[in-house]
Amino acid sequence: MELFELTIHELHEKLKRKEVSSVEAARAVLARIEAVEPQVHAFITVTAKEALQDAAAADKRIAAGDVDLLTGIPIALKDIFLTRGVRTTCASRILENFIPPYDGTCVAKLRERGMVLVGKLNQDEFAMGSSTESSHFGVTRNPWHTDYIPGGSSGGSAAAIAAQQATATLGTDTGGSIRQPASHCGCVGLKPTYGRVSRYGVIAYASSLDQVGPVTRDVTDCAILLEAVAGYDPKDSTSVNLPVPDYVRGLANGVKGLKIGLPKEYFIAGLDPEVKKAVEAAIATYRSLGAEFVEISLPHTDYAVATYYLIATAEASSNLARYDGVRYGHRSAEAKGLVEMYAKTRAEGFGMEVKRRIMLGTYALSSGYYDAYYIKAQKVRTLIMHDFLKAFEQVDLLLTPVAPTPAFKIGEKTSDPLQMYLSDIFTIPVNLAGTCGISVPAGISQQGLPIGMQLIGKPFGEETILRAAYAFEQATEWHRQKAKI
Amino acid sequence: MSSKYQVVIGLEVHVQLLTDTKIFCGCSTKFGAVPNSQSCPVCLGLPGALPVLNRKVVEFAIRAGLATNCQIAQRSVFARKNYFYPDLPKGYQISQFELPICLGGHLDIEAEGGTKRIGITRIHMEEDAGKLVHVDIPGVGDDSCVDLNRACTPLLEIVSEPDMRSPDEAIAYLKKLHQIVVYLGICDGNLEEGSFRCDANVSLMPKGSAKLGTRAELKNINSFRFIKQAIEYEMERQAEILDEGGKVIQETRLFDPNAGTTRSMRGKEEAHDYRYFPDPDLVPLVVSDDWVEDVRLSLPELPEMKRQRFAKELGLSDYDTEVLTASRELADYFEASLALYPQAKIVANWVMGEVTRALNEENRAISDCPVTPKLLAALLQLIEQGTISGKIAKTVFDEMYKTGHEPARIVEEKGLLQVSDSGAIEQIIDQVLAAEAGQVAAYRSGKDKLFGFFVGQVMKASKGKANPALVNEILLKKLNG
Amino acid sequence: MKITRQEVEHVARLARLELTEQEADTFTGQLDAILAYVDTLKELNTDGIIPTAHAVPMENAFREDEVQPSIGVENALANAPARAESFFRVPKVIE
Repeated sequence: MELFELTIHELHEKLKRKEVSSVEAARAVLARIEAVEPQVHAFITVTAKEALQDAAAADKRIAAGDVDLLTGIPIALKDIFLTRGVRTTCASRILENFIPPYDGTCVAKLRERGMVLVGKLNQDEFAMGSSTESSHFGVTRNPWHTDYIPGGSSGGSAAAIAAQQATATLGTDTGGSIRQPASHCGCVGLKPTYGRVSRYGVIAYASSLDQVGPVTRDVTDCAILLEAVAGYDPKDSTSVNLPVPDYVRGLANGVKGLKIGLPKEYFIAGLDPEVKKAVEAAIATYRSLGAEFVEISLPHTDYAVATYYLIATAEASSNLARYDGVRYGHRSAEAKGLVEMYAKTRAEGFGMEVKRRIMLGTYALSSGYYDAYYIKAQKVRTLIMHDFLKAFEQVDLLLTPVAPTPAFKIGEKTSDPLQMYLSDIFTIPVNLAGTCGISVPAGISQQGLPIGMQLIGKPFGEETILRAAYAFEQATEWHRQKAKI
Repeated sequence: MSSKYQVVIGLEVHVQLLTDTKIFCGCSTKFGAVPNSQSCPVCLGLPGALPVLNRKVVEFAIRAGLATNCQIAQRSVFARKNYFYPDLPKGYQISQFELPICLGGHLDIEAEGGTKRIGITRIHMEEDAGKLVHVDIPGVGDDSCVDLNRACTPLLEIVSEPDMRSPDEAIAYLKKLHQIVVYLGICDGNLEEGSFRCDANVSLMPKGSAKLGTRAELKNINSFRFIKQAIEYEMERQAEILDEGGKVIQETRLFDPNAGTTRSMRGKEEAHDYRYFPDPDLVPLVVSDDWVEDVRLSLPELPEMKRQRFAKELGLSDYDTEVLTASRELADYFEASLALYPQAKIVANWVMGEVTRALNEENRAISDCPVTPKLLAALLQLIEQGTISGKIAKTVFDEMYKTGHEPARIVEEKGLLQVSDSGAIEQIIDQVLAAEAGQVAAYRSGKDKLFGFFVGQVMKASKGKANPALVNEILLKKLNG
Repeated sequence: MKITRQEVEHVARLARLELTEQEADTFTGQLDAILAYVDTLKELNTDGIIPTAHAVPMENAFREDEVQPSIGVENALANAPARAESFFRVPKVIE
């Protein structure tokens, strides 16, 4: 096994036993990046020099006996995380040359634990998209089949795991942006409950929906990385002051006696037969492991996409007002006077999908439409949230598909934004309800593309879905399948 | 202005709060630092930065609400006001909109014809913008410069009902509000530095009408004098429009203090649509009854209550109580002096007289008056004991003000003891009468009014030290004898 | 039609986005389709439903009034497209 193929826990054992050094691991990962990057393009910035410095520092810590689970582990971050001194673009031209003067809370936590940062990953511009095609820095390709999208918006985070260009990565999930690419690339991806992980230093798309989460090779790594970034942060007013459980320790508790809900609205006509088959097989596996299934209803599912696109774009239209060419970022060289400077700077700096969402969000908040669109959407959000709370009175978790189909072809949906939006139908409700969800590899299509299933937990029920995901992983071989690149 | 119209005025006052740090980050709020030196990811509006509310700002808002008889909302919400301007880092201002922290208060002012109640619609918390300035830096030309030190500084916006009916009422309300926020210790009250800023909504309606006219919002008024000028100018302007059968446009107008006029801010008006919505980066603010009660108990005695107490307990006149309660520090000084020399009227006269005069001459604050309440009381004791005359006391006061020395020491060093020895006084009187033989003859022939002249001459000859009562007594005897 | 070309242009001005003729046309069509889709929400009766801002109930997050170090003028201005001494520099407002 090559060093770049290992999981966090496998590499950690080798580092701890001093079988390999962190510098060796970093070199192996950097060489792998160089080898496959021309085909995959998962990265916006590779931080080779910094990575080797981080690794040397990690080796010193290890030599001194100070070995944390993450010390010396090569990690890459979606380019939405602010990294002090390392360019952070959010895949936008408007931040093409932005060098942050500070680290976000997650980044600071990982640095403190000795992570080796190997680079910043591609994504949809400002996390707005489901395919990583809206990046200013070009598309990322699915390592399983490079004609296909890797999913999005955290496409680089999932592709880098599938192509073994990092041991683990972090992404963000506003409407499925971790779970859907994880599903399309055959990785494990978890969106925590809103408030579980600090958003400080993470570029905002939609503040009431955004959450940070891990994308990893297996469930154990997912638990390790979640535990590392979770927790209350006084710098984020929306982070929740609840203790962080020992997620790793709880993994092996099994699913015997767990009640799993199957929302009937998620098993619809448009569901791809291969996806359906994979989910059915997963149900059978769980039954054999002693879990119980109950059909439940989430009656407002059909309204989730519309609700999401009003709330997310409204918040985004305001969150992205700060990119005005005054204090940082791109400024148009063409403009005469202030008003023109704003309009040209933003026209040049933002791509079409970002502009489209700013337009929609501005419209939804504008005078005369606020109640009809924004407030209406927030009320429907209440109904969707109640659907989940009601379901969780009967069951411990839900099992659903992640996306209606496996990954689609690059360019297939770019001309029809609405069709693209609808591909997030199974992930969006989880963000609206503020709860947690995980995508776990559960099959491979005839095209050779991975298919994931989604486990949805109660608010702050990450332990339960991780445990269920682990049981499934132990019982199946899907997570051992590798992209042939 | 033609007497056909009644002016209607509502005021929006922005009060800059006296916290050490900004409303949503830990940067200092000190005035006058190097541009952009008091900044961090939050107040620069950097990507990824998030606001966290300063607890003190909430406490100050509750203080202001209680002092202006408002209801303190159990639950209030911060909202984003979206607009683009270079001094507004995030492209939105965090403010409160639908659910402000204080609602429905009032202040009573002294108006023509008695006390008048002015309604307070609401008080809300918000962040200030930075400053867009034009600086003479070589090579910069026409460009503007942005300093974000002030960005994110905490403000209260206090909005009145349109209850004022003259510029004088508006000024009375503003002065009262200013006095209260300074008393509360939540604002330094500095108008020039912009700590207390006022926008005025001014409209006219036909006298006797109940229907409000279209209003203009006047901005950039930073002194009590200017508010009167601005409103009066605006009254004339609107009256002219109405007289000619025109319509007043609802708009924002900028006051120009140099010209004393207001001018339209068209252009900035372009499609004002602030798209307020609750800020998803902040959580609802819930203020418990206990918190409100704690703040209520910590409130200082407000000027109104102080005045009533001074009048009732000390028997001081309306004028005296008003002057003495003008600032919390002056009232404290008065009370501290009174505790040591319990004669209210005498202490009041000295505080309003010599003390205030001396401070005003140097533009000095009462808090660093060299004549402490203890020294003042000692001086008043000397007068009461007859050690010095009232006149000499003023000389002693000036010396105390200069040196900070004890009055007894000054009296001794300068030889200012009052002369109460009748022999010595008789001697001086004899000299004066001898020197003024002509006037003595005139007095004796019936010019009684000259008596005062002789007293003056004697006091002058004694350098003010002669006991005035004895002078009167002996002089009368000698002249009439 | 849910949205007109004029409205699209107005919204673009509010959002400070200069649109080309072609972009304005494209957005008019696309936003119209999206708005027609989101109108499905109108089927739902939401009378008396309280709007949800955050799905996880939250209230009262404070910091104490204690000064923290600023990041310094050079850090503040490091990414500025234009500066003058320690100010950010912007074109003047043309009315």
